[in-house]
Amino acid sequence: MRLRLSQREALWAFAFLVIPLAFFLYFRILPAFQALWLSFYQWHTDPSQRNFVGLEHYARLLDDPLLQRALWNTLLYTLLGVPAQIGLGLSLALLLRAVPWGRELFRAIYFAPYITPAVAVAWVWSWMLSPHFGLVNELLSLLGIPPQPFLQSPAQALPTVTGVVVWQNLGFQIVLFLAGLESIPRQYYEAARIDGAEGFQLFRYITWPLLNPVLVFSVVIGTIGYLQLFTQVVNLNFTDQGGPLNSTLTLALYIYQLAFLRFQLGYAAAVTVLLFAIILFITLLQLKILTRRVEL
Amino acid sequence: MAIMDKKGRSMLTSVPKEAIMKKLGFLAILAFSMGFSQPVTITYWQYEFKSKVEAIDELIRRFEAENPGIKVLHQTFPYDAFQQKVAAAIPAGQGPDVVNLYYGWAPTWVKAGYLAPLPEEWGQRIERDFVSMAQAAKIGGRFYGIPTAVRSLALFYNKDLFRQNGISGPPRTWEEFLSVAKRLTVKQGGRFTQIGYGIAPDGQDHHLVREVLIRQFGGRPYSEDSRRVLYLSEAGIRALTFYTDWVRRHEIGVSGFFPGNNGYRDGFIAGRIAMIIDGSFAIGTIQQGARFNWGVAELPLEKPGGRKANFGSFWMHGLTPLATGAKREAALKFLAFLTSEETQRYWLEKVGELPASKNLIRNPKLSLHPVYGPFVLSLAYAKATPFVDEAAQRKVMVDAINRTLLQNMDPAQSLRLAASEEQKILDQFWR
Repeated sequence: MRLRLSQREALWAFAFLVIPLAFFLYFRILPAFQALWLSFYQWHTDPSQRNFVGLEHYARLLDDPLLQRALWNTLLYTLLGVPAQIGLGLSLALLLRAVPWGRELFRAIYFAPYITPAVAVAWVWSWMLSPHFGLVNELLSLLGIPPQPFLQSPAQALPTVTGVVVWQNLGFQIVLFLAGLESIPRQYYEAARIDGAEGFQLFRYITWPLLNPVLVFSVVIGTIGYLQLFTQVVNLNFTDQGGPLNSTLTLALYIYQLAFLRFQLGYAAAVTVLLFAIILFITLLQLKILTRRVEL
Repeated sequence: MAIMDKKGRSMLTSVPKEAIMKKLGFLAILAFSMGFSQPVTITYWQYEFKSKVEAIDELIRRFEAENPGIKVLHQTFPYDAFQQKVAAAIPAGQGPDVVNLYYGWAPTWVKAGYLAPLPEEWGQRIERDFVSMAQAAKIGGRFYGIPTAVRSLALFYNKDLFRQNGISGPPRTWEEFLSVAKRLTVKQGGRFTQIGYGIAPDGQDHHLVREVLIRQFGGRPYSEDSRRVLYLSEAGIRALTFYTDWVRRHEIGVSGFFPGNNGYRDGFIAGRIAMIIDGSFAIGTIQQGARFNWGVAELPLEKPGGRKANFGSFWMHGLTPLATGAKREAALKFLAFLTSEETQRYWLEKVGELPASKNLIRNPKLSLHPVYGPFVLSLAYAKATPFVDEAAQRKVMVDAINRTLLQNMDPAQSLRLAASEEQKILDQFWR
């Protein structure tokens, strides 16, 4: 039997796709199912002593104040962080596009925090935010504002951590929006100007709708990032991780503590399944609401 | 003792023949083990800490010279990744045969199957020769580990700051402690520039409240069988009130004065904190870092002649379920070597941690030593908290302190919450 060229090409493509597919199935998908399986067992290193506990871990999820705290905190991080980094990112990208020179330099400066290791960032910020020696309070005092406890206050710690994460992600966000802005054909603006549109109207009817793909991507990726927040929280308050008083605890950090400090891998797996379900649900929801066809 | 053998012949007459047979057998085994068998390789894991890594490397060299049939592979990991590596490696059959762990982790590890019990007869040796806190390695009646060295808490103080302010020596009572600390606290505007005491609830201070103040004030943190929380008592409330008053009423310091991991110690080394309470494990870091004269004193007491109390702890070496057959034999030999008196002596010189053997700490040279002395004297009455879930139980006490310091909660109310939270943790472990 002779195959058509396109069929042969497709066959070759499938043949090559099998390799990464096997890789993904074995290293990504299989462990996910193992985690689900593990969540029904009481963890023990010896498989013969892993007792089946059914839904016991899931029942415990309902009655775990720390988990509820972690869930609430994670939600707050996302609600504060995603809009902040998208709003700031878009504003700065628009400003950067308007400046005639030095754009590259600005972009490099904004991007620097993104490529700096999160651990180093956290340590430097924990000093800058110190109530007694920190630069931030020094600046506030110039404005006549009394010293703030920031990371040491159960009320201020979460917004402070969010601020550090937003600051760190901002560079990447700006680059995304700049790329999105570059891809909008100039002719649209010119045509709109001829029709008498100007200023905010240009943004409202051309820039904003055409940036939609970038926006969807930013919202989805940003949300997933905040839902998995871990490194900055751990390192901003190293000895009392998730503190003070659990005010900065995230789901990912709680999973880590359960699994690797308390060796409760079965329960940790149940929380992981919960986190997975939350991320999946939110992502699908966002894609459904945000994605729309743009017609000009 | 039998003089006659099973068949009724005198054992004495049959000795030469039996002895020859035994010798031959022994020689055969020796020849076999030296010439024909593969050397046994065992793996030892600990976390990365420079002086300990160097000490273990040297000890392995000595051990291997004494035991030509055994090779020891030494692997280290950063402290914060250590338990994670253990958690993943052992179920995969890749981890250590002998592992170094904090005593407080042991119950969690045992429950999840990461530790194998030591042979019964080791228990007697530990009970007889080791300081009493080594008992904390006993879970469900069996020992799961054995320490080389132990630690206790003491008061580190900045001698130069004391002298400049006309203070003659370290405080003996908490009253003296407070008055000294107040004199050494400097505040400018709303911000401290120097503090009298390095407040650190998540450093060593949660131990200070739980094992020192509560006992000094006549209470007990836990029941005899360690299954019940007893600190919700008059002594407990007094202890938490007293401690949190250092910040709230007396203002001799503030937590998080220096940020970061072990900020209280960094602040002391930087000369901005006059006194800290820290473990003997901190001696090395302070020795290397501090550019001033400093001293160590036993913890202050409620009143002269009052009850003494201290928190003791240790890192122990345990066997994992991976050590089986010939590996188990080799691992036990290595364990015996690691915890011998000779090794303990070497450990003290090289790492600076106090020996775990009763014999060695009785040495007057050690108890009169200006730096080690106060720690060694404290060992006599130091108690190790019976943790079943160290991470969770530590958090309970840190949170109890922080609710009072950061949210202004009444200490009695905060302690009530802590006691019920911690009782839940104990109940869940022992159910």
